[in-house]
Amino acid sequence: MSGQTVPADFSGHMLDLDEDEDLDVFTKNTSLADGSPMPNSPSSMVNQYRLEEDEEDQQGAFTKDVFVSVDNPESHVTAIETFIMYRVVTKTTRSEFDSSEYDVRRRYQDFLWLRSRLEENHPTLIVHPLPEKFVMKGMVERFNDDFIETRRKALHRFLNKISEHPILSYSQHFKVFLTAQDLASQRKQGPGFLSRMGETVRAVANSVRGLRSRPEEFSTMHDYMENFSNKISSVDKVAQRIIKEQREYLDELKQYSPTYSQWAESEQDLAEPLKAVASCVERCSKETEEQVEHLSEVLVPTLHEYVLCAETVKAVMRRRDNIQAEFEAKNEALMSRKVDQEALQEEVDALGDRVELANNALRGDWSRWQGSLRTDLRSAFISAAEKNVEYYEKCLAVWESFLMSQREESSEQKGEDAS
Amino acid sequence: MAEDGKDDSVATDDDSDQTAADGSLNNTMVEEGSTLLRRMEICVAEAEKRSGKNAVSMQETFTVYLIETRPMDAVADGRNPAPDSLWRRYSEFELLRNYLIVTYPYIVAPPLPEKRAEFVWHKLSADNMDPDFVERRRVGLENFLLRVASHPVLSNDKILYHFLTEENGWKEVVYETGFQAKADSRLRALSATFRVRNPDKRFMEMKHYSDELQSHTSQLLRARARVADRLYGVYKVHGNYGRVFSEWSAIEKEMGDGLQSAGHHMDAYAASIDDILEEEEHYADQLKEYLSYAEALRAVCRKHELAQFELEMASQDLISKKQQLRTFSFKGMTNKLFGQEAPEQREAKLKLLEELITEGEETVKEKTVECEEHVERAWVDMQRFKEQKDKDLREALINYAVMQISMCKKGIQVWSNAKECFLKM
Repeated sequence: MSGQTVPADFSGHMLDLDEDEDLDVFTKNTSLADGSPMPNSPSSMVNQYRLEEDEEDQQGAFTKDVFVSVDNPESHVTAIETFIMYRVVTKTTRSEFDSSEYDVRRRYQDFLWLRSRLEENHPTLIVHPLPEKFVMKGMVERFNDDFIETRRKALHRFLNKISEHPILSYSQHFKVFLTAQDLASQRKQGPGFLSRMGETVRAVANSVRGLRSRPEEFSTMHDYMENFSNKISSVDKVAQRIIKEQREYLDELKQYSPTYSQWAESEQDLAEPLKAVASCVERCSKETEEQVEHLSEVLVPTLHEYVLCAETVKAVMRRRDNIQAEFEAKNEALMSRKVDQEALQEEVDALGDRVELANNALRGDWSRWQGSLRTDLRSAFISAAEKNVEYYEKCLAVWESFLMSQREESSEQKGEDAS
Repeated sequence: MAEDGKDDSVATDDDSDQTAADGSLNNTMVEEGSTLLRRMEICVAEAEKRSGKNAVSMQETFTVYLIETRPMDAVADGRNPAPDSLWRRYSEFELLRNYLIVTYPYIVAPPLPEKRAEFVWHKLSADNMDPDFVERRRVGLENFLLRVASHPVLSNDKILYHFLTEENGWKEVVYETGFQAKADSRLRALSATFRVRNPDKRFMEMKHYSDELQSHTSQLLRARARVADRLYGVYKVHGNYGRVFSEWSAIEKEMGDGLQSAGHHMDAYAASIDDILEEEEHYADQLKEYLSYAEALRAVCRKHELAQFELEMASQDLISKKQQLRTFSFKGMTNKLFGQEAPEQREAKLKLLEELITEGEETVKEKTVECEEHVERAWVDMQRFKEQKDKDLREALINYAVMQISMCKKGIQVWSNAKECFLKM
């Protein structure tokens, strides 16, 4: 990756990436001597990779020119309720935006609004999912720090996914979301919700009629999504189980090291090596703690996101199916009736176009989404593997330094005995 | 683990002036490097299952261990004679040890490997027939023999030699020594602990230390077993990755190969914990040896308490008898005045008392010598034990570190490989 040459026309964007605040760029410091090395973040490399891939996939090169970050969660108290407001900072070079920088405050509900608008306007595009409303298991408090931080990161990723999307990033609602100081007045709640309900009713009605035949490409997509959904859920569960086991292991380690130091208290010559081992076990347990945190902060969120993504894609495919079903239903009616053929023909044609558009939109977004999936999961697994290597390397160093100290001790002793 | 003296061996089989009938040394001087191990190579080579009828004629299955011995000079010469060998059961080892404890109460007796698996973490079975347990026991028995045979005092014992060289009739010979009669009753020992007035301070400190050693090693062993249990869980769950990745790879095109091979590495990772923890059992065994040693150390201290107590009792008895004598004389005067006893009876009683006093004085002399000898010899052996313990346990800690390093290296390899696979995704 490091040896990859970048085409000349990308070099300008490379500079943008380096300065961008929401893309972490770390330098890899392999020497352990001066403390913990910074992990090499794959996201910087990944974004170079992804841009190149998009370049190949789409006719026009999509270059990211809207940079968004979500941070600074603050508790907001009103007479009726308490909720968290997040700061959303946007930096952009796009001409559609009046300014190049925006700083607004948004709450979770606002994100929900944005996403529902995007879905409504683009029913067969894959709109990245939001973090769940609440977590059932463990009865996590809504205002628990970990929960807020996890949510903040997911919201950050959500907006970044939208800003990287060649179509969705140009959505008017997206612009409003990023720029309006007072979003409440801009949000038109009524029609939005109603129209969503209407769609659901239509969907139910159509599914009753059933789909004639799904084009093969979408059948393949459907089958794949069923399987993928199962697999990614399983991987997510395994990862969470590993975290649980690691935490229990960590608890026992914490009980283990004092047994060495306590023993050292009643020993003389043996006290030194016993204390040294106690300290080794302690340091290893700190490394274990870090490793577990990394898993929960990097791997699990990504896996979980794609569990949600899988549901999103399945919903998108259902909507596409429904659009096709609607067309087929009307078409059938057209075939059977002789009355009002002209008017009906127009409707059928419109629906037919709609099917065409929907299929194209999904088709295009599907390959984009697959690429994104591959990149994200790949980098999450790589990161987890790297962290594990780092963990073992650090523990190795701890125990090796103990061995060194014991060798020094014994050569000292031999010197003493000889003298 | 056991001591390996580098001095030239004085290969004398001459024991007539050094050992009494029961095998204990008459003098405390031990010739440098005259331990049995210098003269003879000993190992517990194998373990086998046997079936037979036990004392109540019930069929039972038990394990026997093959003890092989070879004269050291033959080995040194480069000749390779076939070893002499015999089979012994665990119970015979126990009998040998009990004999040694009774016969040499001033020696911290090397312990046997545990009778039943203790401090077990979930995977290890506590079954005495489990092959891993039997193997570890074989190692422990060999270790016991090596320690005894390299001990400056114990290695000269005839019964030990007999144990190693004559399979049949050994039990009878041991019983014939009558050692069981000499064994201190538990009640007497316990009573002594509570009632002794002036035990040697150093021995009291040593006893206190033995309690500490026992408590600390058992806490450590317990905590280690729990850590091992949890670590096992962590590694094994990664096997689930292996399974899921394999299934997932089947539905992927570009990601398939990377996922599949990563899955294999996850399986390897999950499997690696078995060997890792099996090796750690050896570390646990080293600690368990010293857990048992703590008890042996305490036994020597208790023996001192008993010897001291008996001396105190004997002294006290002597004093009271002498007191009786004085009272008797006094009584004699009053009797003269009031005429209670016949002069012959009084004479007899007086004579008896004087005899008892003489006996009592002898007893006190004996007990004093016993007590002093025990203190002297025991102190020497306790010093030897301390040095051995420090050295052995330090080595054990180093071995533990080596094991941890090996585990880390394996981890680095597996996850580096996994990373390579993920890069191919």
